[in-house]
Amino acid sequence: MAKSIDVSDLDIYYGDFKAVQNVNMTIQSRSVTALIGPSGCGKSTFLRSLNRMHEVIPGARVEGKIVIDGQDLYGPDVDPVDVRRQIGMVFQRPNPFPTMSIYDNVLAGSRLNAKRLSKAKGDEIVEKSLRGANLWTEVKDRLGKPGQGLSGGQQQRLCIARAIAVEPQVLLMDEPCSALDPISTAAVEDLIHELKTDYTIVIVTHNMQQAARVSQETGFFNLAAAGEPGELVEMNPTAKIFGNPDEKATEAYISGRFG
Amino acid sequence: MSSPHLKTNRPTEPTEASPMPATVTEPETRAPDRMSMHRSRLPHWAPWLVAVVAAALSALLSLTLGWSVAGWAVLAVVVYAVALPGWSRVVENSRTALDRLVTTLVWSAFAVALVPLVSLVTKVLVEGAPALSAEFLTFSMRNVVGEGGGIYHAIIGTLLITLAATLISVPVGLMSAIYLTEYGNNGRTARTITFLVDVMTGIPSIVAGLFAYALFVLFFGEGVRLGFGGAVALSLLMMPIVVRSCEEMLKLVPADLREASYALGVPKWRTITKVVLPTSLAGIITGVTLAVARVIGETAPLLIIAGSTDSVNMNLFAERMMTLPVFIYYSYTQPGVPAEFGQERAWGAALVLIVIVMALNLLARAVGHYFAPKSGH
Repeated sequence: MAKSIDVSDLDIYYGDFKAVQNVNMTIQSRSVTALIGPSGCGKSTFLRSLNRMHEVIPGARVEGKIVIDGQDLYGPDVDPVDVRRQIGMVFQRPNPFPTMSIYDNVLAGSRLNAKRLSKAKGDEIVEKSLRGANLWTEVKDRLGKPGQGLSGGQQQRLCIARAIAVEPQVLLMDEPCSALDPISTAAVEDLIHELKTDYTIVIVTHNMQQAARVSQETGFFNLAAAGEPGELVEMNPTAKIFGNPDEKATEAYISGRFG
Repeated sequence: MSSPHLKTNRPTEPTEASPMPATVTEPETRAPDRMSMHRSRLPHWAPWLVAVVAAALSALLSLTLGWSVAGWAVLAVVVYAVALPGWSRVVENSRTALDRLVTTLVWSAFAVALVPLVSLVTKVLVEGAPALSAEFLTFSMRNVVGEGGGIYHAIIGTLLITLAATLISVPVGLMSAIYLTEYGNNGRTARTITFLVDVMTGIPSIVAGLFAYALFVLFFGEGVRLGFGGAVALSLLMMPIVVRSCEEMLKLVPADLREASYALGVPKWRTITKVVLPTSLAGIITGVTLAVARVIGETAPLLIIAGSTDSVNMNLFAERMMTLPVFIYYSYTQPGVPAEFGQERAWGAALVLIVIVMALNLLARAVGHYFAPKSGH
């Protein structure tokens, strides 16, 4: 159920401001693609354009093509709500719904869409998703408790469980570990390793060791200059990016000489 | 302090349990290579001493000059506000002196703000409590002259009219707030609505009453009086408050939660009804209850459109309807003969009205606490 994504000539705008320009890349199915680059270079903006979350911000728009499974995401007859059902997202800060229990948070995708689920089916999805997110053993005795009572790392894994409960084709992760401690980060990284057998994963990260650890492909975004739009500088297998990158700028960035 | 040797974890100021002698002069007399963080302090009972002295001094002066209690209190505060910072300036330093002065001013302002509240509640309690009885709460004023009678008809009228006003203004106000926060994007329409809501906040209540009267005259002709008209007038006053408070509450819902919902493929309207509204429900209910508390004591519009009667009227859509504020107004201005019974009933009704408003406020707090998102554990 995983799909690859083809991005061609993508420009992303906030109103009149061009934030990202001319991105071309292919995201492989059933693998992890990491996006790295300095702050403000448009990684997260690009990620959000992959499931049409970008346009939630007033004035934001996209030009170019993103094709998944032969369909253009920005085609005129495409409903962004359907896109987001296929392409799930995990955010930088854990954001479980405060009014819902752990159980309801996992089922939020169905509950909020008023899908009728039998008790048995719901239990099954909850257990499967929580096991998938490596959270089941920690919370199985308190599924009725509010999701916000969990620790930050557990909340983030709850959000991942919530995202995979709707069985998307693609999972986007926007710096999922930046608010977590090293132990929770390790748990989430293990999870990413397991998830890539079933999902296409795109992860934005500021942590280059993390990119090197979890991803097969890495894309490096950079700004030509302050005020200029961000660009995809280089996209290559992770081993090549961190070993012998094609571009000088990539090498300078990963060796810490700037940014 | 070029070479600080901070060997101890001394607090920046000594605690009150070990006050420094006021005669210590420092830091000049210390060895120059030590960084000192000690200062002389007034003893902790200094404010009390100054207060007693100020009160006594002021009492002496007031007695000799024949001033009232208010004059004594003002003078005492002034003496205190001069003496304590002055003493502090001599012994401590100017920053602490200023701190003591501002502390004095803040507490005095607090006391001044409390005076009308306390005196109002005391007055209403003292005057109104004798009027309260089972008869007072369960009888109307029908065929009552002089002693006896009650405010049952006014309580019913107030509750019905306020309830109807709430039913009108909450849906409109809440939906306006949803439009403003979720759909308006701060565009021209949204800004216009916000401006009009702000203008509505300033409508004098008598104008709202005249509007409702003029509106119902169109349907029922001159001299119309009905409870529903009062509800319409009150809802005009409630609506801007409801819009404003709901808008603020909806804005408090983090954008994270909306995005989390969108990312699950949930449409916007479901995100609003299932995520945004439940998350802010406690605040919305509190805001609505406070708006109710604000309009329940309105008199002017009800005088015009709801009118005055001595009988119980349960029908909002026909005939005059008594309300507590109007009852208070008429009982006090036209108490009948002898006047004392009417005036006592007015105070009693005022007490009941205040109790209702207070109960609503408490209810709002309880509801807010009950519906607030649980933190877990």
